[in-house]
Amino acid sequence: MTFLRFAVRRLVEMAVTLLGASFVVFGAMYLAPGSPASFLLSGRSASPAALQAINEQYHLDDPFLVRYLRWLGQVLQGDFGRSLTYRTDVSGLLADRLPATLLLVAMALLVVVVIGLVLGWVGAVRGGATDSAILVTTTLAVGTPSFVAAVLLQGLFAVKLGWFPTSGAGDGLLDMAWHLTLPAIALALYLIGMLARVTRSAMLDALEGEHVTVARSRGVPEREVIRRHVFRNSLGTVLTTGGLIVSTLLVCTILVESAFSVGGLGQLLELSTTTKDFPTVQAISLIIVALFMTVNLLVDLLHPLVDPRVTLGSRRSDA
Amino acid sequence: MNALDVRELRLRLPGTARPVLDGVDLTVAPGETVALVGESGSGKSLTSRAALGLLPPGAVPTGEVLVDGRDVLTMDAARLRELRTGRAAMVFQDPRAAVNPLRRIGDFLTESVRLTGTMSAADADRRAVELLDAVGLGPELMRRYPGQLSGGMLQRVMIAAALMGDPVLLLADEPTTALDVTSQAEVIALLDRLRERFGTGLLFVTHDLGLAAAISDRVYVMYAGRIVESGPAEALFEGPRHPYTAALLSSTPRLDGPTGRLAAIDGQPPDLRQELTGCAFAARCRYATDLCREEAPALRPAPGRPGQPAACHHPLEGSPADV
Amino acid sequence: MSVALARRPGLARVKSARAPLYRICLGLAALVVLAALLAPWLAPDDPNAVDLGNALAGPSADHLLGVDAAGRDTLARLLIGARTSLLGPLGVVVFSTVAGVAVGLLAGWRGGWIDSVLSRSTELVFAFPGMLLAILIVAVHGEGLMAPVVALAIAYLPYVSRLTRSLVLAERMRPYVSAYQVQGHSALQICLRHVLPNIAPIVLAQSTVNFGYALMDLAGLSFLGLGVPALTPDWGRMVFDGQTAIQHGYPLSAILPCVLIVLTVVAFNVVGERWADQVARRTT
Repeated sequence: MTFLRFAVRRLVEMAVTLLGASFVVFGAMYLAPGSPASFLLSGRSASPAALQAINEQYHLDDPFLVRYLRWLGQVLQGDFGRSLTYRTDVSGLLADRLPATLLLVAMALLVVVVIGLVLGWVGAVRGGATDSAILVTTTLAVGTPSFVAAVLLQGLFAVKLGWFPTSGAGDGLLDMAWHLTLPAIALALYLIGMLARVTRSAMLDALEGEHVTVARSRGVPEREVIRRHVFRNSLGTVLTTGGLIVSTLLVCTILVESAFSVGGLGQLLELSTTTKDFPTVQAISLIIVALFMTVNLLVDLLHPLVDPRVTLGSRRSDA
Repeated sequence: MNALDVRELRLRLPGTARPVLDGVDLTVAPGETVALVGESGSGKSLTSRAALGLLPPGAVPTGEVLVDGRDVLTMDAARLRELRTGRAAMVFQDPRAAVNPLRRIGDFLTESVRLTGTMSAADADRRAVELLDAVGLGPELMRRYPGQLSGGMLQRVMIAAALMGDPVLLLADEPTTALDVTSQAEVIALLDRLRERFGTGLLFVTHDLGLAAAISDRVYVMYAGRIVESGPAEALFEGPRHPYTAALLSSTPRLDGPTGRLAAIDGQPPDLRQELTGCAFAARCRYATDLCREEAPALRPAPGRPGQPAACHHPLEGSPADV
Repeated sequence: MSVALARRPGLARVKSARAPLYRICLGLAALVVLAALLAPWLAPDDPNAVDLGNALAGPSADHLLGVDAAGRDTLARLLIGARTSLLGPLGVVVFSTVAGVAVGLLAGWRGGWIDSVLSRSTELVFAFPGMLLAILIVAVHGEGLMAPVVALAIAYLPYVSRLTRSLVLAERMRPYVSAYQVQGHSALQICLRHVLPNIAPIVLAQSTVNFGYALMDLAGLSFLGLGVPALTPDWGRMVFDGQTAIQHGYPLSAILPCVLIVLTVVAFNVVGERWADQVARRTT
């Protein structure tokens, strides 16, 4: 199969699943007890005029499928409707909140990739006491939910030592980065542990390969043996965790942003859920699902480049 | 000067009761083909790998392993690297496992000389293409991945890779076992041709005595970490002196010999976890006496045949047909 | 066998060589479960009794582990909270295991269109991270323990059903199955009496691994205020409540539930992985 055909097929598959996901996200509102209008109005004043407005805005008198398709059409044009809490366009709301979350996720991703790979590398290559120490640390890390890390880091470095601000997102890139340092570490901790473990075990597998002995027997310097024949060979396995890493990052922003009041998309999702601001919840959920699937698609497309044994369409041949 | 000179090589591994190599003596002259024959576990692979300084973790060696006159066992990391990129190289058993599947053939061929700074990238590429041609492969292979080549082709690539540094000593560790019959013959012929052309000493490690006799000038037979017999290929093949050699021969199918049922050697090689007194083969030998079980025989030449020493208290004097 | 458990990536190499770690974790898990079971008798105080005069007080004879910002005894809340914190994940695991095995059996045994419909839906659920699905359902149904537990059970179901399906496919090929079929045993009988017991250890190891995940997710939801109702003692909720105490420089009431969450998750992770390893070694 050619690369293009494979890419197109995966794109179509993703579109179908995304369509299903959008149906779930939209349809969830109709699982709620009571009429959609009363659900949308829950906790708010329900004057007949308001009810009328809601009914018109959401075309609640139309059949369900018609409403879904209309909503889908708008979403595809970037229109997620109006927020019930903020009474503004959801798209504008998201655009305001996006930079903080984007920076937070980017910082965390950087930390995860750098530290995770280094720890995994060192553990696999050094062995002995260093490896045991890394194993214990990463065992603790994968047992630490991001919100626990957030609260502990906040208590120590923000409240007690005062090195970092306790909350907020700051203004300007540098100030934002400073504000987001602790949240990014809290967000990264679990994934550092996971990635370090994946890298370590993939590298240990690769180390057992005979091609490593052969490379050594040919006088290739040890550092290069590890880089070219061990680390390189573990990359395929590491890459397959990409989707999991990104989806975990996105979902955990909800917890970490709330703990640090970052005011990004994650915290917006939490607030919209408690206030039952359903259009906003729908929009953010759909974005998270779409991002997650996009990353998985990229992983699938990149994998054959990283590992020539992977034929397009099958995930992995052998280890 | 010999390409390889192994003197009194002893190798002890952690958790074993006796040395896994017990006083191995072996020489390979430049341009000579020498076969090292034995069952799996006899220590033949360990001996050949020792020539590259490749010892199992925790191994404690004594004795000398001289490649081109320099002792491998006392080399530091830099010297060892120099040895491995230049004077000695090895062709491994399973080319599929020996080549990193994620790297191109060209990268594999040139990496050792490039990364050690022995050759510039351009020179290395040129030499690699030359050698590919010498093993009968085209230059277009440089850009291919190992997965796109057959096992026989890959083994040729391995051989080309081993010749990159223009070695005085080529070690071939069962280089044909993982290949199909046609490729086997091709690879053997190729190795022989290249040895002649480049004047390399070739140590051919195999479990197949017939094959060893067919291609080599001299043969060493190894059992349980010791050389039990050595000599010119033909002499050894026609008149083995050690019962183990004889047993190996009679378990090898011969085209010209009497056809009949293949004899397998009864019993197992001795366990490394057990102390060994006397001759290691005594337990499986039909000529064994109390002397054999008590005292280990030294490698001694026979009165009429100075070039064919055997380590046996009761060496055979006849032809293998008598066994 | 071409069956792989969906486990925490990378934990596969924490092998049995670390037996002491496994024993410590098994003991820890047992201790936590025991404490949760006996909590009503062990708790020194009503977890919701308010002693405002002592708010944020440190450890004392009256309150062994101190008092939180609202004047409630921390030890009592930790003990009673263990019940909610473990009951939730237990619900998730039981739900997802029972339903997942049923779905997997059906898909694996019957195959055909049922199989394709079920694998399509599985893919759809996989697109939603568990926590997101839970938030979506909480957004509709309101908070409480039930909605998140059901949501997470649905999110974890595909892991169990996919595993079961592949196990059943392998099991179906084995000669004993056709032997029973020839003897006139019904498919249901064969499944329940023979196939199910054979695949149970692998599925249970997977479920133990899932327990740690579920505990983390549910504690997170409680931390967001989307899980248990406000007054119910729960570790995740306690971390949330403790944040105020931390801001005032009294971290104890927040740190203790944090520590308990981490220790419990680690304990169940290590134990689950060890079981999964043992099962994997037995089947290959």
